[in-house]
Amino acid sequence: MAADGNTKPPKKLSLKENYAMLTRGLDWEPTYEKKEDIFQKIDFEGIKIHDWDKWEDPFRLTMDAYWKYQGEKERKLYAIIDAFQQGNGQFNVTDARYVQALKVFLNGIVELEYASHRGFCMLGREFPGAGPRIAAQMQSIDELRHATTQIHAISQYNKYFEGMENFPYQFDRVWYLSIPKSFFEDACTSGPFEFIVAISFAFEYVLTNLAFMPWMSGAAFNGDMSTVSFGFSAQSDEARHMTLGIEVIKFLLEQDPANVALVQKWIDKWFWRGYRLLALLATMMDYILPKRVMSWGEAWTIYYEENGGALFADLARYGIKPPKYADVTIKEKGRVSHEMWSVFYANRNALGFGIWLPSEEEMDWFSEKYPDTFDKYYRPRYEYWRQLEAEGKPFTCKVLPQLCQTCQWPCLYTEADDATEFVHRESDYKGEIFHFCSDGCKDIFDDEPEKFVHAWMPVNQIYQGNCFLPGVDPTAPDFNPMAEALKFMGLKPGVDGGLFKEHLDAKRWEQWTSRPANIHEGAYTDSVRSTETPTPRAKP
Amino acid sequence: MPTKAMTPDYHGDFQDTQDKYHGQQLISVCWEKHTMFGWPMCLPVPPDMPFAGLLQNVLPMIYSDHPDFAKIEWDKVQWSTSAGPFTPDPAKSIKEHGIRHKQQIRFRTPGLDGYNGAG
Repeated sequence: MAADGNTKPPKKLSLKENYAMLTRGLDWEPTYEKKEDIFQKIDFEGIKIHDWDKWEDPFRLTMDAYWKYQGEKERKLYAIIDAFQQGNGQFNVTDARYVQALKVFLNGIVELEYASHRGFCMLGREFPGAGPRIAAQMQSIDELRHATTQIHAISQYNKYFEGMENFPYQFDRVWYLSIPKSFFEDACTSGPFEFIVAISFAFEYVLTNLAFMPWMSGAAFNGDMSTVSFGFSAQSDEARHMTLGIEVIKFLLEQDPANVALVQKWIDKWFWRGYRLLALLATMMDYILPKRVMSWGEAWTIYYEENGGALFADLARYGIKPPKYADVTIKEKGRVSHEMWSVFYANRNALGFGIWLPSEEEMDWFSEKYPDTFDKYYRPRYEYWRQLEAEGKPFTCKVLPQLCQTCQWPCLYTEADDATEFVHRESDYKGEIFHFCSDGCKDIFDDEPEKFVHAWMPVNQIYQGNCFLPGVDPTAPDFNPMAEALKFMGLKPGVDGGLFKEHLDAKRWEQWTSRPANIHEGAYTDSVRSTETPTPRAKP
Repeated sequence: MPTKAMTPDYHGDFQDTQDKYHGQQLISVCWEKHTMFGWPMCLPVPPDMPFAGLLQNVLPMIYSDHPDFAKIEWDKVQWSTSAGPFTPDPAKSIKEHGIRHKQQIRFRTPGLDGYNGAG
């Protein structure tokens, strides 16, 4: 400050000016390299951008502020995680069954955060506009932070429970994890505009509320303060990502009318792919969480039909229609979780988490939540399977599934208008047959068969002999291909998957806590002295 | 519309062509209405396996635990592929039936529509 007192202190910049200087102000026009040589991936998809400066960042967040906010969030999060670990918080959750949901999360979701980090890194390099480039860079760092903090939040559980110690290895090998893996690999190998419509809009904006709200409420309701803290820490990032998603769509649509058809095609594709991916959550919400928050059917009604309906009504002015096959998702909402849990149960020895049949009380809850489907199609099945379990011969599927060439789910779904008929859809491309789980997935393949013909489909790879550990001799007389494939995937039968009542997690939980491993079943072992859940110690 | 790619004439390798299956071919098998089994089954078989091998070995291995299976009257079963209905000849091979690599064989057993409503 000047000593004579005549110089006024410099005026503080407004938020808008500060943002402009720290984003667009840091960019420059290249002089000794051509712009098209620097940004090579921006034209081939056919999207037309006339003025990158029309990009508006609603948060006006600059990197310096970003580091400050994120640093504060990290300090809070790790203080809670430390307290959780020191207080043995892993035993304060409802039961050991809840922990099976964490395994699905760790093995299926964490790696997607990392894949998303990679995708946004590419956008942070490829977009010619400084505004969206910086937004993509921040999201890239966010996604890496989410992967890291999720791993840290769950690591305490890994010290006490099976099935979590090998997640990066398993993500590349386990048959059902090819579903999330292929989803992001499809996105990351698309052009930058398809990636951002896929992930920022179709996934983050339209669908992630469905993952985040019920999932974090479920964690809170079941006493998992570690996951809840991660959720709170990630939530403000998610709000920013969702806003990026809607900004992207509006920017693309406003730049050129010719963009509308391409954007619509990507919305249709990625809504369907995202829906199929999130269907895994249907089983978490309906079957795995011991204390339930809401049913998948209710969540789909609120988060897609109502919120999504309002969103697409708003986008109608640009000529955007609701996603193709949205009507099928609504028809399927009373069925997906039951169809998927059935295949999990029948194939429980090839899974990385324990499986059980729903109790009487849970089936009554299903009857109430799914009045049109549960008693008609699924209750009789579970009752029959319970009887077989009692007879000591639990129902088991013996052969691997026909997979969908696009989403890589087994073709387990039934016709939208008839829950008793499997969906059969196939395409004949250059003399080879390809199967699909749905019209949505068939359309995606038919649009880009050149890409999907080289999908790495686990079942097909097992049969080609590519899924065995080194040194295994397929010509040996005692060679068992299924057992060897499970070893390759890092799945230990009887330790990772199988019937939950025989699972190590269940036995140890009852031994360590004297509480039932599955609150809906009563005690599995003699370790539990009283099978009644203790009444809460609180004033009446 | 073909894939828009940075490389001209982009085309991924076919990952599942028949030559990769060591002399076998993949088939899918689906017992219609029997949703308890969860999915159409995929398995490798020798192309010159007679259809009788499918009837006597493969199908019982997959489906014999189901209470409906023992009640099937095999001469009344309705067989089809995506190309339409066909009548199998137990003496003829899979290949002679025109069943290609990765083709799905469906069979329907009218009157046997799942055990007690359980699929």
